[in-house]
Amino acid sequence: MLEKALSGSKGYWIWVLFLLTVISAGVGAYLIQFTKGLAVTGMSRDVSWALYISQLTFLVGVAASAVMLVIPYYLHNYKAFGRITILGEFLAISAVTMCLLFVFVDLGNPVRIMNVFLHPTLNSVLFWDATVLNGYLFLNLFIGWVVLESEKKGVPAPKWIKPFIYLSIPWAVSIHTVTAFLYAGIPGRHLWLTAVMAPRFLASAFAAGPSLLIILAMILRKFTYFDAGKEAIQKLGQIVTYALLVNFFLYAMEFFTAFYSGIPSHQHSLIYLFAGLHGHGNLVPWMWVSVTLGFIAAVLLVVPRFRRNENLLLAACVLTFASLWIDKGLGLVIGGFIPNMLEGITEYVPTTIELMITIGIYALGALILTVLYKTALGVKEYAESGKVMGAH
Amino acid sequence: MTVDRRDFLKIAGLAAAGLSTVPVAQVLTEGTAMGVEEKAPAATAGKRWAMVVDMRKLTPEEVEHASHACHEAHNVPNIVNADGSTDTKHEIKWLWGGEYEFVFPDATSEFLAANYKEKEFPILCNHCASPPCVRVCPTQATFKRADGIVVMDMHRCIGCRFCMAGCPYGSRSFNFMDPRPFIKKTNPLYPTRMKGVVEKCNFCAERLFKGLKPACVEAVHSGALVFGDLDDPSSDVRRLIQEHYTIQRKPSLGTGPSVYYIL
Repeated sequence: MLEKALSGSKGYWIWVLFLLTVISAGVGAYLIQFTKGLAVTGMSRDVSWALYISQLTFLVGVAASAVMLVIPYYLHNYKAFGRITILGEFLAISAVTMCLLFVFVDLGNPVRIMNVFLHPTLNSVLFWDATVLNGYLFLNLFIGWVVLESEKKGVPAPKWIKPFIYLSIPWAVSIHTVTAFLYAGIPGRHLWLTAVMAPRFLASAFAAGPSLLIILAMILRKFTYFDAGKEAIQKLGQIVTYALLVNFFLYAMEFFTAFYSGIPSHQHSLIYLFAGLHGHGNLVPWMWVSVTLGFIAAVLLVVPRFRRNENLLLAACVLTFASLWIDKGLGLVIGGFIPNMLEGITEYVPTTIELMITIGIYALGALILTVLYKTALGVKEYAESGKVMGAH
Repeated sequence: MTVDRRDFLKIAGLAAAGLSTVPVAQVLTEGTAMGVEEKAPAATAGKRWAMVVDMRKLTPEEVEHASHACHEAHNVPNIVNADGSTDTKHEIKWLWGGEYEFVFPDATSEFLAANYKEKEFPILCNHCASPPCVRVCPTQATFKRADGIVVMDMHRCIGCRFCMAGCPYGSRSFNFMDPRPFIKKTNPLYPTRMKGVVEKCNFCAERLFKGLKPACVEAVHSGALVFGDLDDPSSDVRRLIQEHYTIQRKPSLGTGPSVYYIL
């Protein structure tokens, strides 16, 4: 089926070429990091995880959000999602691949990565995270491919794929829960030591992921024949609305616990993020932009009249995605390291090399997504035009 | 008798590193000669190693000496910027000094006596009874020995730095770059490390194996650093802890630190 991705318009090839160029730049930057060590990044003894691990955290959410299409379609027989469920699954493949790459580029000794599986350590959350992420990647590749193959042949998906689809639902929840446990089980880092970490991860994921899907659906509608349909997009919009509100509710709980209890150590990171601590506050403007964007998005989403307007809905989705990216893709991980374990403050600023690697991985994710979507749409076009091909 | 490298590490306590400066053959013959079960004739035996820091005696100069002795013995690099100043973002520290309010942030007060405020408290790995770094390590590169010492297998560390996030004491350092150019004088008896691995204090496991006291303890002549076995009721550390009021760093986290401070 991949041959569908090998023929395209001039615009398609320019886009692919552009992505390949960005990826090459990222690979070049990585080679520098590989040779010189992580000193070429902005990370330090105190902020020992930063942009890379933040992206892992954020993208796990995007990956998990495929389940927001799978549940309505497969469990509630919600037909409007029938045509776009594959888009969610393929987005998951792209996102999980990026997650795994972000873990890889963060390693000081990447050539030893197989040690994680050579010496499986059940008490380490990172071992479980690697396991569930790889499992989720496999599940989505497998399900997406089998379903699409059937669509190509013009036959219903085989019955035996159903158990895998049902398994993918709790599995999606697991990848984000386990990723939350990377943080939520660590003693002494108070921003992370919270029981609502996993629930909030899921809420923000189910807002950010479907937002991206709406954005992608609108892009596809503009540049291809494919229209996800008004109903499907509106339903996704409702999902984003509820998830975003739940996320903000849980976030507010964090502030209540930290500030009503009055326990200083529980407040320090939040103060650093939103007001600055002892004159340090690199992330303060970012966090307020995040809150503002999220607030505007919430207004646009909650008022039905705004949400039903597709232009406003698109705007709300872009704002939601940006807001949650800042929150999870910057603030959460970096904020957890400030102040450090000796009450000192080391600020973090990413380096150009770090940014190039990060953008390179995003470009690779975009390329995977492009190829998979091109394949899916090619197959759908064929199937929907009635020219069902024989199996070969 | 076959010597599994890992068992050898556990017994010999050789927290080996990326590429050893000790010839491999020498390490292997030493290991085989000593055997897995047997200790070196002079090895100091212990079941639960601990340190008591007597702050009544310890001077800031002595903390400095202890730090130097430790870092020299273990080939800890002195990472500096181009202008010669300490590169605080990438520095490697096994033992260093810090003020009370930073070392004991949850046991401080506005009106803390000035003589405590100004003292230099040694900071090192606490060799916790329940170490979070061991719990989070995905490869068991960090592990706890039967005698309570938390050590690292530098050959197994993938450099994920989960242990650095996990340690509530800031005791761990990461080799952001090749450390070797920053080692002034290499001690041939201890391995150097490569870039991309985490390291920390190992309670001088390699010296205990030879029957020696930890380098920092030896460097402090006033006897302010006392090392011994908590499991031995007649040990100096047990006696000091029983006779004096001692505090540990962040005891509420349940890690069970093995470093006690007498104020």
